[in-house]
Amino acid sequence: MWPMSEPAAAVASAASGEMAIHARGVTKRFGDFTAVDHIDLDVPRAQVYGFLGPNGSGKSTTIRMLCGLLTPTEGQIEVLGLSIPRQAEELRRRIGYMTQRFSLYEDLTVRENLMFLATVQNLPRAQRAPRVDELLQAYDLESLQKQLAGTMSGGQKQRLALAGAVVHKPQLLLLDEPTSAVDPESRRSFWEKLFDLADAGTTLLVSTHYMDEAERCHRIAILDRGRLVANGTPAELTGALDGRTVGVRSDALRKAQKLLHDVDGVLSVAQVGNELRVLCAPGHGDPQAIASALQKAGLQAEASPIEPSLEDVFVAATRRRDAEGT
Amino acid sequence: MKPAQIYAVMVKELRQMARDRMTLAMMIGIPTLQLLLFGYAINLDVRHLPAAVADQADSAGSRALVRDMLATDVIEPVAAAQTPEQIQALIRAGRIEVGLVVPPDFERRLSEGREVMQVVVDGADTTVQGAARQLAQMPLDGRLSTAQAGARISVLPLYNPQRKSAINVVPGLIGVILTMTLVMFTAMAIVRERERGNLEMLITTPVSSAELMLGKVLPYIAVGLVQATLVLLLGGWLFEVPVVGGFPAVYAVSMLLIIANLSLGLLISTVAQSQFQAMQMTFFLFLPSILLSGFMFPFDGMPWPAQWLAEVLPLTHFMRLIRGVMLRGAALSELWQDALALAGFSAVMMTLAILRFRKRLD
Repeated sequence: MWPMSEPAAAVASAASGEMAIHARGVTKRFGDFTAVDHIDLDVPRAQVYGFLGPNGSGKSTTIRMLCGLLTPTEGQIEVLGLSIPRQAEELRRRIGYMTQRFSLYEDLTVRENLMFLATVQNLPRAQRAPRVDELLQAYDLESLQKQLAGTMSGGQKQRLALAGAVVHKPQLLLLDEPTSAVDPESRRSFWEKLFDLADAGTTLLVSTHYMDEAERCHRIAILDRGRLVANGTPAELTGALDGRTVGVRSDALRKAQKLLHDVDGVLSVAQVGNELRVLCAPGHGDPQAIASALQKAGLQAEASPIEPSLEDVFVAATRRRDAEGT
Repeated sequence: MKPAQIYAVMVKELRQMARDRMTLAMMIGIPTLQLLLFGYAINLDVRHLPAAVADQADSAGSRALVRDMLATDVIEPVAAAQTPEQIQALIRAGRIEVGLVVPPDFERRLSEGREVMQVVVDGADTTVQGAARQLAQMPLDGRLSTAQAGARISVLPLYNPQRKSAINVVPGLIGVILTMTLVMFTAMAIVRERERGNLEMLITTPVSSAELMLGKVLPYIAVGLVQATLVLLLGGWLFEVPVVGGFPAVYAVSMLLIIANLSLGLLISTVAQSQFQAMQMTFFLFLPSILLSGFMFPFDGMPWPAQWLAEVLPLTHFMRLIRGVMLRGAALSELWQDALALAGFSAVMMTLAILRFRKRLD
């Protein structure tokens, strides 16, 4: 092993320079349990990057490793050009982190919380109050500024947490399931704030288990039991499933669903309203074949191709691993 | 390390302190309640101690003596007894604290100049024991014409044959209160942040471990000084406890213990996973502190392993310091070993706490 020569090192960091996050083979084990299993990740700057996965898929653990809160068991992480966890202290001034649980002080007021964070984040004294005023306005918290954070609604707390995470204008914002305790209306306005931040040049990494939120992201990565099973833009991911999704209408949907589970090549069947969404393995998405399989069993059924959704992507990615016998 | 950041943590801490009514109430309530309980039980003259009389002589002379003793109001008969055994049983059962036993041959003993009465006392409480001893000082010759020189009343203290000065308690109480409240408050202060999830947010900010620790601890130094002042004021006002060595020395000594306790609290907070655990750990350390430091039992009377263990506890050194300073007027330079021990304890605990407090979750 020779140490990397100067020019080579420069080339390496230039290559990852366009990426806010560049990670290779990142693994985290807690005893015998592997929470994150050899994840490779490239997050481009000034984009909203989504982490989609069910609870326990390793989203939080990955985010915590990316901001230096957890030390990876294996693998390399580079965030904003800094090697993590070695340069985690330096990184802290340049990132914002919004925890899954509300982590500001419930017994301080909105304004006190933001002033506290402004000071702790090293903002010069003269800039603290103006910056806090700016945030109060941008996040619709002006009228609440004297209210104790603990007495606010889920959506208000979420806005405060976001304002707190960006008080020092971080280049990278990591959000761990930011909308899990928020009503749909607040979720929508929350996402608008996220896009405002991305427009202003901030890179955002957002974990979620909501499909509709994942669909809004510029790029997404799907995590399943610690492994990254798919990544790309939502259009790329759904486009890859073209021809594999079939809609089925029948007078006996529940019965049809049971029958379809045993049809060769069918990966999953989900009822959506008056229709069954059928996801097939590659080369099995022929509506005719599916309709005739049902008619053979004595059911009235029609089948036609439908647009793949992100949920289908998710199911396809996770089912493949089941089929591989992991 | 930036003063502004320490200040920010400190102001935040003071605000939270003021909002947490329960803790605030405890900060004032614990020292007040303890002082009143310990202080009144120990320092004031006792009256109306529950008592029983076993007058086996039942003569005019013995009845007169018993009547004289009851007239002092120190004891008050609450139960009937005929024999010394019954008196002892009543004391053991906790129904009386003092028993008077007059033997059947009272008159003969009186004329022969022997022991004419026994005051049996539950000596576990030194105040009660002291009161019984005073009662036994009652002069016999003036009241009973037949009394010969040498006739006397003896005292039989049960359970606690050794007597200790009650004035020892109030100075020690400063230490007990500071130990009980400050270790717990600091330990809880950080564990609470961890439990509520604040810490996960805080450690992703540039604030350093040392800034965080100092900012959290400084407000509690003020709390400790307020508590010490409260005990000193109430102690002087209600119980006339002297401060022979002067207030600066008392505060200097208190400061040493405050810092030692805060450092210990910080270390606990880096170990405890929940507020409940922090409380338990504090309690486990508090009990030996109370029992072994010399606050309750004379240090020299303890077996050597207990003494050795007690040397590790900050309260032991504080007891020697504060009693020396407050009661005997000793100078700090005469007590340098204990002062050094406290400072050393703080340095070790603080270092361990900062080393243990990683800005990581694993």
